[in-house]
Amino acid sequence: MQAANDLDSKLILVCCGTGCLANGSREVYQSLKKQLTDSEVTVSTFTKPTGCNGWCEKGPLVKIMPDDITYCQVKASDVPAIVEKTIQNGELLERLLYRDPQTKKRVKSHHQIDFYKKQHKLALRNIGEIDPASIDDYIARDGYKALAKALRKMTPSEVVEEVIASGLRGRGGGGFPTGIKWRAAAGQPAQPKYVICNGDEGDPGAFMDRSIMEGDPHTVIEGMIICAYAIGATRGFIYVRDEYSLAVTNLGIAIDSARRHGYLGNNILGSQLCFDIEIVRGGGAFVCGEETALMASIEGNVGEPRDKYVFPTEKGLWGQPTVINNVETWANIPVIIQDGAEQFAALGTAGSKGTKVFSLVGKVVNTGLVEVPMGTTLRDIIFTIGGGIPGGRGFKAVQTGGPSGGCIPESKLDLQVDFDSLLEAGSMMGSGGIIVMDDRTCMVEIARYYVHFLAGESCGKCTPCREGIKALLDTLTAICHGQGREEDLLYLEEISHTMQDASLCALGRTAANPVLSTLRYFKDEYLAHIREHCCPAGICRELTEFEIDPATCTGCGLCTKNCPVDAISGEKKQAHIIDQNKCIRCGECIDHCRFNAVLVR
Amino acid sequence: MPAETNSKPNEEMLLAIINNYPGENRYILSIMQDMQKQFNYLPRQGLEMIALHVDSPFSQVYSMATFYKAFSLVPKGRINFKVCDGTACHIKGSNVIIDQIYKHLGIRPGETTPDGEFSLETVNCIGACALAPAVLANDRVHPKVTSAGIVEIIKSYGGHVDASSK
Repeated sequence: MQAANDLDSKLILVCCGTGCLANGSREVYQSLKKQLTDSEVTVSTFTKPTGCNGWCEKGPLVKIMPDDITYCQVKASDVPAIVEKTIQNGELLERLLYRDPQTKKRVKSHHQIDFYKKQHKLALRNIGEIDPASIDDYIARDGYKALAKALRKMTPSEVVEEVIASGLRGRGGGGFPTGIKWRAAAGQPAQPKYVICNGDEGDPGAFMDRSIMEGDPHTVIEGMIICAYAIGATRGFIYVRDEYSLAVTNLGIAIDSARRHGYLGNNILGSQLCFDIEIVRGGGAFVCGEETALMASIEGNVGEPRDKYVFPTEKGLWGQPTVINNVETWANIPVIIQDGAEQFAALGTAGSKGTKVFSLVGKVVNTGLVEVPMGTTLRDIIFTIGGGIPGGRGFKAVQTGGPSGGCIPESKLDLQVDFDSLLEAGSMMGSGGIIVMDDRTCMVEIARYYVHFLAGESCGKCTPCREGIKALLDTLTAICHGQGREEDLLYLEEISHTMQDASLCALGRTAANPVLSTLRYFKDEYLAHIREHCCPAGICRELTEFEIDPATCTGCGLCTKNCPVDAISGEKKQAHIIDQNKCIRCGECIDHCRFNAVLVR
Repeated sequence: MPAETNSKPNEEMLLAIINNYPGENRYILSIMQDMQKQFNYLPRQGLEMIALHVDSPFSQVYSMATFYKAFSLVPKGRINFKVCDGTACHIKGSNVIIDQIYKHLGIRPGETTPDGEFSLETVNCIGACALAPAVLANDRVHPKVTSAGIVEIIKSYGGHVDASSK
């Protein structure tokens, strides 16, 4: 960061988030480092690997400061030109700049792009701007100032009151007011007390916690230390999915350097506070995202949840008072303490303050991570920031809340997203996954998919969840195979309501949401499967046949080229034909056709 | 994937892992993760040694080994395909990839080819949704895999594919 303040030097930030890494950003970074050392560049430069910038669709991203240039989809072979032209001579490489699809103009900085313009970054404020392995980078962006403020200028109860006043609600999905949780734990006389970070991100299609732990680990640590001061805790645990190896590494480096700088350990910053953190790697069980199951897992047991007659704030880890919050919640704490509750609460809606990070994925142009104020409409998120549906296809639904969430139809696109509005629409916030679906997504099959996911993840302890999910799955599978009956729909509803009423933990109570929400908004698709033995989206194999409309087919041959089983034949510029005996119904032809000539029968 | 994977476990190697941790229940998970990383599965002998080390019944260690998704009780193939079946990958056709692997290698999720070369499993969201559908071959991510693309990937790892198709 010091480098950026030096007028003559350039800071080159290479995105090394998961998406960019898979597209080769490590090679870009190494090549840049090498070329800048080897070649005779007269400009002084600092090259840093950063966490995820969120705009995964256009990765690998390279940002050059202070010029504020953003290059997209950079390959290692582009590096010599970047060094020679941009770094040395200050010239822009037009071909690496983002091209706005509307204006067709090249855009120099990511700040001018719709994807970023509507975003408001609090939890993600540092990601993409700092080297996550450098505590100095974090400190240079006001890191650990909130901790110093809390320790030196506030009493523990003032910290709790500040968090309550901010209106912050748990970002892991529960939406419980964070400050109220802290107050409950602070009021317990028992010692020791524990602080836990829930980094067992399990919702398919959600990766914001991964991104924060990888890209800005110190903000999580700072948030936890502030909580330890507020409630009087001595030990903290960060529970991370073992698959997130980069997050585990970066958190480990961050904890070590925080210890060396006196932010962790005894008498933190000269105060009475003694607190340290250790990392626990999770074993890959979705149910461990449930807080009581997670604590059982830390204790060294099978991760089964228990009933919460007594809250973890009273009896949690090893029976002691425990505050457990999600990664994104922790990331907001330093901002609230530093800037004050009032400023935080000025953002958002009446019941949900601040911002929320969403992972915008599925059938959307700009896949990636976005952070917007609570209350932003789905339409803004999907169409303005996300750039709409690719390939000119039609929007069908958006799924929020992970496997326990629900599907929301087009008629509700103007919904202002917050904890309460999503519940009313029959879905939920969950951890913030937004999965966009187009007319090639079958809503019955998607309900089956989620129930199948949950069938593998139900711990099996209570009967309504264990047997209910199995019954739902069998019924949905039969419908997808064309063996459904109309009375099945009532049966699905009946089981769903029983599970909602009688399951032990939130996994079982919400497991029927995907079924109920698709039944509510997309009943006609269920009926098409049952009455007409037809899958309108062309996804359920047994019910699908693709055919080419000879009137619209131009004979371009794109489908033939992409068919993996050579089932399509036809002369150039003549209508093509699909051999139904060879066809495996993979849908490559319909997805590649530019003229909508492939039809679902 | 680290170079030492798939080495054949012996008592000495197992002890070396176990002795990195104190003999308390809360370290069972960490010990099993390290074993899984090194051998690609949890050998029965290893589980028995963990039970002794933490002074708990074998049944408890075994119940954890079967509960958590990260563990396998049987050895995996030289190349372990993990097809991401997170939501974004699912709606972009991960099931087609699974079908293609079955067609060419004859294995379904959870299975290994008889020659020990390939195994297949599905995983829940690897957080690379922008690259959907994604396939991991050991630790290498293959982005935006098509039904024809997976055939090329199998070939690139030395697999024999059905010659009648691309």
